[in-house]
Amino acid sequence: MQASLIPYILVARRLGIALITLIIVSFAVFFATDLLPGDVAEILMGQAATPEAVAGLREAMGLNQPAFLRFLGWLGGLFTGDLGTSYVNQMPVADLIGGRLANSLKLAGVTTAVSVPLALFLGITAAMWRGSAYDRMVTALTITVISVPEFMVATLAVLIFAVWLKWLPALSFGAEVGTFWALLKAYTMPVITLTFVVSAQMIRMTRAALIETIDTPYVEMARLKGAGRIRQVLRHALPNALGPIANAMALSLSYLVGGVIIVETIFNYPGVAKLMVDAVATRDLPLIQSCAMIFCVSYLTLITLADLVAILSNPRLRR
Amino acid sequence: MPKPMFLSPARHGFRFNWAGRIGLAIVLLWGAVALVGPLITPYPVGEIVDWDYFGPMSQKFLLGTDYLGRDMLSRILMGARYTVGISLAAVTIACSVGVVLGMIAAVVGGIFDMGLSRLLDAINGIPGLLFGLVVVAAVGSSLTVLILTLATIYMPGAYRFARSLAVNVNTMDFVTVARARGERTPYLIAREIFPNILGPVLADLGVRFVFIVLVLSGLSFLGLGVQPPNADWGALVRENIGALSFGAPAVVFPSLAIASLTISMNLFIDNLPTRIRDRSA
Repeated sequence: MQASLIPYILVARRLGIALITLIIVSFAVFFATDLLPGDVAEILMGQAATPEAVAGLREAMGLNQPAFLRFLGWLGGLFTGDLGTSYVNQMPVADLIGGRLANSLKLAGVTTAVSVPLALFLGITAAMWRGSAYDRMVTALTITVISVPEFMVATLAVLIFAVWLKWLPALSFGAEVGTFWALLKAYTMPVITLTFVVSAQMIRMTRAALIETIDTPYVEMARLKGAGRIRQVLRHALPNALGPIANAMALSLSYLVGGVIIVETIFNYPGVAKLMVDAVATRDLPLIQSCAMIFCVSYLTLITLADLVAILSNPRLRR
Repeated sequence: MPKPMFLSPARHGFRFNWAGRIGLAIVLLWGAVALVGPLITPYPVGEIVDWDYFGPMSQKFLLGTDYLGRDMLSRILMGARYTVGISLAAVTIACSVGVVLGMIAAVVGGIFDMGLSRLLDAINGIPGLLFGLVVVAAVGSSLTVLILTLATIYMPGAYRFARSLAVNVNTMDFVTVARARGERTPYLIAREIFPNILGPVLADLGVRFVFIVLVLSGLSFLGLGVQPPNADWGALVRENIGALSFGAPAVVFPSLAIASLTISMNLFIDNLPTRIRDRSA
């Protein structure tokens, strides 16, 4: 086998694994929600329904088919963009999700744009001056943020910025985002919270990846030949740590998925996560399934991306 | 046969530094509170004792009162039982199942190892909080459901960790010797592998405990975890979220309780002697 092919084979294998995982995950999501005790048709028709009406609805909804066939139908629908119909308000799930998804992606995009540069800067500088008071402070802060639940970061942010400083509105995401300032105000609290959550992971992993490289003999060599600290790190260590760092970025961004569920709920932000939490309350299964799949796909994409970066950035595979 | 590793500090002369000791002390303190909870609450837990709601901290109510005028200190002391108890039960199940399966996979190898690893990796590909949401949406929330769900979410991680450790031990000479003696898999995993991965596995258990506390609090915060009238710390934050705009203690202290438990646990694990934490073989 040609050595130059190895990275491609590894990439193909990783993508294959992602695909298998996705199928197992969709299987799990479908059957977990299918376990719901009670008959969906009966719930929909209410108490006054005649047995004939319930039977008719079951027939119309295809509930009489075996579960596996319904699973295949559902999966096929996902690929063709037919997400089914909401039980609660009879609207197509795709219509319900459409605008919400854009909102959530906007939130995630802004958070990424803020947290990546921030985390890179703090992580790299902390590694550069390892053991200093600055490094210890950054480390202590990141451990603290990682150790507390997302909603606590959010409530603290509200307490500080909205209640004590009165800079920002507390829990409202008004429809009125006409002016730039209004937009900024509406986004600030959710973005601050998510940035804290995601950056903490990134900083920790960036610092660890860089320190691992700094500890290698060739960087010690650079130190011995008299290169300054900044040159040692930026010129010698950093290029080789870029792969692991990019890996860490993608991996930390997957924390957005959990964070966004909490943050959208707290700040009443009209995104997919809020939609899903509300759907859980009303037991709107088609909606829950679709939202869950959106989150699983984004999570899997980020994790797969992280692994691909790690594979492609490993120079030993490119001899 | 290798000497089993006991974790008694005196025996091995381990010394924790002060940060680790503080962490351990706080974790043990919450554990004790969870055990004796109802005995030390100043007021009966469910009883409305104050006409005012979101009362401030006072002599009578040390941590103020909640949205119904119930004593916050009592609610938090009782909440420890749910937060610590559920998390402990879940982490115990997750780690014992994960570690045993991981060791078996490492010793048996082959198709069994591969199939199990793939399957559990797939479960790992579902974000924890989301998995919890879907399950609770499907079967409703009860203590058993919560414990089993949390255990399912974190079992694959424990499996992966134990398997990677066990694979290393499995290649050691003493295991080969034992195998040549004709020992069977149960003996191998119980007597040869397990004692040699116990240290890191216990550290991993601590880390996983923190994850579980966080996800449980998150679920309860969303109203899908422990159900009223009972409340763990996450549910206490949710109940009293209205206190946020008053800056009342009712919303601050349950959050602090969670933070103190998880940060202390992380502090303790981070300051374990490397001999215990990172022994990879």
